[in-house]
Amino acid sequence: MLSRVAENLYWMARYIERAENTARLVNVNGLLQLDLPAKARTGWEPVIAITSSGQRFRKLYRTPSESNVVTFLIQDERNPGSIISSLRFARDNARTMRDIIPREAWEEISGLYTTAMQRISKGELRPDRDQYLRTIIRGAQTITGLLAGTMSQDIGYGFLRMGRNLERTDMTSRIIDVRSADLLAEHGGGLRPFETIQWMSVLKSLSGYQMYRQHMDQSVRRIYVLEFLLKDENFPRAVFHCLGEIEACLARLPRKKKAVDIIGRMRKAVSDTDLESLEQRNLSQFIDDFQIKMGGLHDCIAETYFRVSAPA
Amino acid sequence: MTIRWREYPAAGLYDELVGPGGRLRPAAKMLGRRLSKLSDDAVRQRKAAADLAIQTMGITFTVYSQKEGGSIDRAWPFDIIPRVIPKSEWDRVEEGLRQRVKALNLFIDDIYHKQKIVKDKVFPADVLAKSRNFRPQCVGIDPPLGIWAHICGSDLVRDKDGTFYVLEDNLRVPSGVSYMLENRQVMKRVFPGLFENYNILPVDDYASQLLDMLDSVAPRTAKRPEVVVLTPGIYNSAYFEHAYLAQQMGAELVQGTDLFVDKRDRVFMRTVRGAERVHVIYRRIDDLFLDPEVFNPGSTLGVPGLMRAWKKGTVTLVNAPGAGVADDKVVYAYVPEMIRYYLDQDAIIPNVPTYRCMDPEDRAFVLANLDKLVVKPANESGGYGMLIGPHSSKAERSSFARKIKANPREYIGQPMLTLSTVPTLVDSHAEPRHVDLRPFILSGREVSVTTGGLTRVALVKGSTVVNSSQGGGSKDTWIVDETGDG
Repeated sequence: MLSRVAENLYWMARYIERAENTARLVNVNGLLQLDLPAKARTGWEPVIAITSSGQRFRKLYRTPSESNVVTFLIQDERNPGSIISSLRFARDNARTMRDIIPREAWEEISGLYTTAMQRISKGELRPDRDQYLRTIIRGAQTITGLLAGTMSQDIGYGFLRMGRNLERTDMTSRIIDVRSADLLAEHGGGLRPFETIQWMSVLKSLSGYQMYRQHMDQSVRRIYVLEFLLKDENFPRAVFHCLGEIEACLARLPRKKKAVDIIGRMRKAVSDTDLESLEQRNLSQFIDDFQIKMGGLHDCIAETYFRVSAPA
Repeated sequence: MTIRWREYPAAGLYDELVGPGGRLRPAAKMLGRRLSKLSDDAVRQRKAAADLAIQTMGITFTVYSQKEGGSIDRAWPFDIIPRVIPKSEWDRVEEGLRQRVKALNLFIDDIYHKQKIVKDKVFPADVLAKSRNFRPQCVGIDPPLGIWAHICGSDLVRDKDGTFYVLEDNLRVPSGVSYMLENRQVMKRVFPGLFENYNILPVDDYASQLLDMLDSVAPRTAKRPEVVVLTPGIYNSAYFEHAYLAQQMGAELVQGTDLFVDKRDRVFMRTVRGAERVHVIYRRIDDLFLDPEVFNPGSTLGVPGLMRAWKKGTVTLVNAPGAGVADDKVVYAYVPEMIRYYLDQDAIIPNVPTYRCMDPEDRAFVLANLDKLVVKPANESGGYGMLIGPHSSKAERSSFARKIKANPREYIGQPMLTLSTVPTLVDSHAEPRHVDLRPFILSGREVSVTTGGLTRVALVKGSTVVNSSQGGGSKDTWIVDETGDG
């Protein structure tokens, strides 16, 4: 398989996943604001923080108001991380691979972008926003399902799967980082019911609430939510699970040793962490370190498979 | 109303299916009768079935559109009434094409070596000196088997007397063959019954013939040659074809950035397994974009060092760089002489009579008859920069007269032909529309010619512009063996 094609598959999957994650993030945050009393409202700044786009946002908008943040994240083409930009990148990538990916998947990707563009004026209005974002989430899931169901599970599919899982790991760790910092954490004092609501919303932003309830057998508390999102082996958006998926893809590739070693270290770091004793400060440090390792993993994959130069 | 051949308005034209008096030509009889029995509804249904097939098969061509923010894919316009040519007639055309391409390859090889044809004063040195597609970088190079134009697309037209003429030879990166193949697939879906009862020769072995040809011209050192198709990318109007042919041959479809040339002048492609050696490149990029080290330094489509590798013989480029020297309308005028010079034969398929403006007598004739002739610049394609005498204004004619006098080498004159027609569906009845024919000739260890070729049709009444970007469409082309089905 050509390096360029592998790279396009990898990024296409990342962009589709990013569009879906962003849609869910915006949706859940909107619902959360409705559930919180005015004095406990977290507002929209944390969502900008999760997507690491504060600098760009401040350049384009004056205040992090709901309408500004939502516009920025959904439809602003000047934001390369917006849903529209992600879908456009995904489509541009898919376009160059129409001989590689199944036709239905291409049509779905192209169609989702068109749909997202057509309904864009409604993206800002609250009653329609929910519907709009659900369409994006459902569309992205349809694409992921179509690819899983119709594409040969060969090396190319492996790159797709790696991209998807790396993006998931990325989003989950970002959400943990920002949410656990701005949540009132253990020192809640008097706002207990709202704390629970907020942790529930964290789970919902990763569509993990139902699975958490089924598998954790615990009430929704910071420690258990972190445990679930970081260490669960079976939940598709849990960090540990995603790393395992990437490892499985690498297993079928040549020249994989370096990347496999990095993953091994990452998985060990996750499973060795004692969440019980991890203060918020240390949790932040842990996530920062983890994010750096994840960058290293991406660079290693890119270096090994996408930037081939000297003869083998 | 159904299709009534007696009322078919083809007077004064040569129609490929319907002869004088509305009588169907022998090879088209069964087709014509079948069509005349179809009700309007049935005709519409077939048309809809064809459109659907084109859509589901994803047959498109790409048009750049500012308004829609980039390039868009358009469905390939297709007419369901095929063109029929009897095999006996086609055999002669095929023979003529083989002869022609053989002479063209000998000519190109001669031009980049001893230039005997120039020394023997058969081909004027002046024409060569001013050729825009002559590449000095190619002088002295010996491509495998001495072949330069491995793939040639020659455009044929029929005049109103029914004679086939060669209108031009495309020796750089001729396109259209994928549509020829897809048109047949569509027709089989729409009229399966006709294929059962008619002896229609198949076209679908083209991709394997292409791969055989590409293998046969690989560098001798390559035991199992790795063949790739080099495309400029998705924004090229023929991208569909590049992807289609690569897929049909099981070859990688690469872009310039996928390849690199190492210090020992070998070509590699970047794959997830590492660098892999490439031996044959079927390139769909023009010469001038192939290698920024040698040609256009700003080209990002090509591969730095590719010409070094080609000259050293570690990779074969198809078509060879410089093959376009014979793809020039003035050089074209000399092809009958080439055939006589290299093969000692008369041309089987004639050229359209051509007046070379560099010749004083011819020039005088062209200048005196600008209102009757078609004047073409030597090195443009796609119908650009032409003067169509009978449809021109006085101002246009005097402007052309000035251009010809200033630069006689750059112009030729030809009589205005009345292209033959084929019945074409308009709503649910048939009207004559002008067509041309582009067969493809492959030259490797063996020479092969497509069975028929791509018939392009000008869908606008009276028009002779067959380009898909300008209201042209296409038809399936049937070479029918009459000896079998009486």
